[in-house]
Amino acid sequence: MKLTSLLTSAALALGLATTAMADDKTKVGFVYVGPVGDGGWTYEHDKGRQAVEAHFGDKVETVFVESVAEGPDSERVMTQMALDGADLIFTTSFGYMDPTNNVAAKFPNVKFEHATGYKRLHPNVSTYSARFYEGRAIQGHIAGKMTKSNIIGYIASYPIPEVIRGINSAYIHASKVNPDVEFKIIWAYTWFDPAKEADAAKALIDQGADVILQHTDSTAPQAAAQEAGNVVTFGQASDMGQYAPFPRVSSIIDDWAPYYIARTQAVMDGTWESMDTWDGIGPGMVGIGEISDAVPADVKAEALAMKAALADGSYHAFTGPLNKQDGTPFLADGETADDGTLAGMNFYVEGIDAEIPQ
Amino acid sequence: MSLATPLLAVVATMVFGGALFAVLGKDPVQAIATIFWEPLFGEFAFFYRPQLLIKGAPLVLIAIGLSLGFKAGIWNIGAEGQYIMGALFGAGVGLAFYPMESAFIFPLMVLAGAFGGWLWAMIPAILKVKFGTNEILVSLMLVYVAEQFLASMSLGLLKNPEGFGFPGSRNLQQYASAHNAELITGTGMHWGIVAALVAVIFAYVLLARHQLGFAIRVTGEAPRAARFSGVNPTRLVLFCLGMSGVLAGLAGMFEVSGPAGQVTIDFNVGYGFTAIIVAFLGRLHPVGILLAGLLMALTYIGGDIAQSQLGLPAAAIQVFQGMLLFFLLALDVLTNYRLRFGAGEVV
Repeated sequence: MKLTSLLTSAALALGLATTAMADDKTKVGFVYVGPVGDGGWTYEHDKGRQAVEAHFGDKVETVFVESVAEGPDSERVMTQMALDGADLIFTTSFGYMDPTNNVAAKFPNVKFEHATGYKRLHPNVSTYSARFYEGRAIQGHIAGKMTKSNIIGYIASYPIPEVIRGINSAYIHASKVNPDVEFKIIWAYTWFDPAKEADAAKALIDQGADVILQHTDSTAPQAAAQEAGNVVTFGQASDMGQYAPFPRVSSIIDDWAPYYIARTQAVMDGTWESMDTWDGIGPGMVGIGEISDAVPADVKAEALAMKAALADGSYHAFTGPLNKQDGTPFLADGETADDGTLAGMNFYVEGIDAEIPQ
Repeated sequence: MSLATPLLAVVATMVFGGALFAVLGKDPVQAIATIFWEPLFGEFAFFYRPQLLIKGAPLVLIAIGLSLGFKAGIWNIGAEGQYIMGALFGAGVGLAFYPMESAFIFPLMVLAGAFGGWLWAMIPAILKVKFGTNEILVSLMLVYVAEQFLASMSLGLLKNPEGFGFPGSRNLQQYASAHNAELITGTGMHWGIVAALVAVIFAYVLLARHQLGFAIRVTGEAPRAARFSGVNPTRLVLFCLGMSGVLAGLAGMFEVSGPAGQVTIDFNVGYGFTAIIVAFLGRLHPVGILLAGLLMALTYIGGDIAQSQLGLPAAAIQVFQGMLLFFLLALDVLTNYRLRFGAGEVV
């Protein structure tokens, strides 16, 4: 093990030296969990990559590999990028967490940025994520106002804190404006699988849902809703504007470009250091897509007011009084949730009639 | 002739794959060279060669098991499920002992992994011999059941208690007694690769020298003749499905305790299905399977390099891999049958 890491770092040092002599381009690698054409999560990361190219022009070279399975395959792809002389590597799925740290240990001179994880075992690993739950709050508000059947369907991906947080945030704000609202949650166990997502959407519509929220990346649920005719949806990760103005009435947009540009700049300047970034609507990492005319004007105004309040920090999406699902107190009146609680959230709030898969 | 077709298929894939890459605006020669040459003899071959073994070993191990059944006309399509169950049983036994350190833990995990795969393969086997169900359907459907087990284990019983509520087990790479580590530093050689090589030799001897191997071959080529020569079809079904289950389970166990490290919801990446291609690409012959497994691994690893260095889309690499099987099957038809155009007479 020690010998291998010595060998690889020696090889890397050589590789770096040769590339540095050949040109002084900063090489940035991206490892994607889905195809760049997924229209959601990976699509937005790739837009971030293109923004880095557009911003720095000849000073950077970007490379990417798409549809990389989490596990040993991702470890190999990261190692390959590091060997090929990458200076900075963004690994954009939760499941890349241990592989990212494993590879980072072998290449101390390469900087690694892992999206949505929490492990920074080495000084050359950073983590970053976005406060998607702020967008979920706005979605929940609109959803609560728009539903006529009072049944909101939710296509969830994996029962990890990020997804549970989104469900809670949406539910809190939907039930605030519509106390009769009920959430039906389907766990798809995938980030991207158009067939499964379409099935989930149809199942929810059959159960009476007339609003569908999704935490999966494809546009299949939008298509299913369009077919059903009277079902409201929201774009996920990307604007999904091709389904506007209806069924898609708004969206949560991940905007990674400013972060990717800033981190690439930091590597160029030699100021890069390991840190954890968790930005929301305020700094612009989370965007709210155009609220279409299918939403009544007063609801749209309320949603935009909430967006402004979330952005300037005058309102927090998790503000008490709130109880946990089992009735025990979670937040007192006026109290807001701290980041630690949010980061590890593994319970539903009171009122959600479902169980987190165990 | 049948030995030449795999080589011809590879050449045809290179030609048509090259044409595809050219249409995509990439230099076809460079693309093919990146996929086939770079991992073996490129600048960083010292890293890629061990990776070939790591990627190829589970494919070979599973494909050897499948080939025994395929030769006898017993179609186990559910190796993916047996692979998952082997991993769950193996990892489960290892994690049950955590944090105790003992030399007995890893051998126990190997046994548990083999047992898990065997158990899962016995379901279609027993249903087939008792009730005459179709093993293709049953074994395939059990893959989805196994995936649900995997999700449930990652979220519940085997979840890392120190994982902040995130799904996935403890990392076995950080638990010395349960870690399927590299045997010789820098070679990538782990117990799974040793097992794959042993399986190749074992299958070769079985098919060439042993009576059971004879029974398998006769049943596949002439089922009636097999019955007359005293082959017991029930025992053969149980053996072939059981053996492929054992090998798939072992592959899963070696993968989860070594390269993958953890039980996670997405642990399985399709080795059980790719192994079917490997088995046929290798003409159901043990040595052929060994070479086919390495070739498949090469296209995966080279494909990832081509994506990153040349910007080829992942879908183009998948088409390239699909071509390989397509040409093999197409050339088989041409080797075994003569095409006659025009009005044929119905006999």
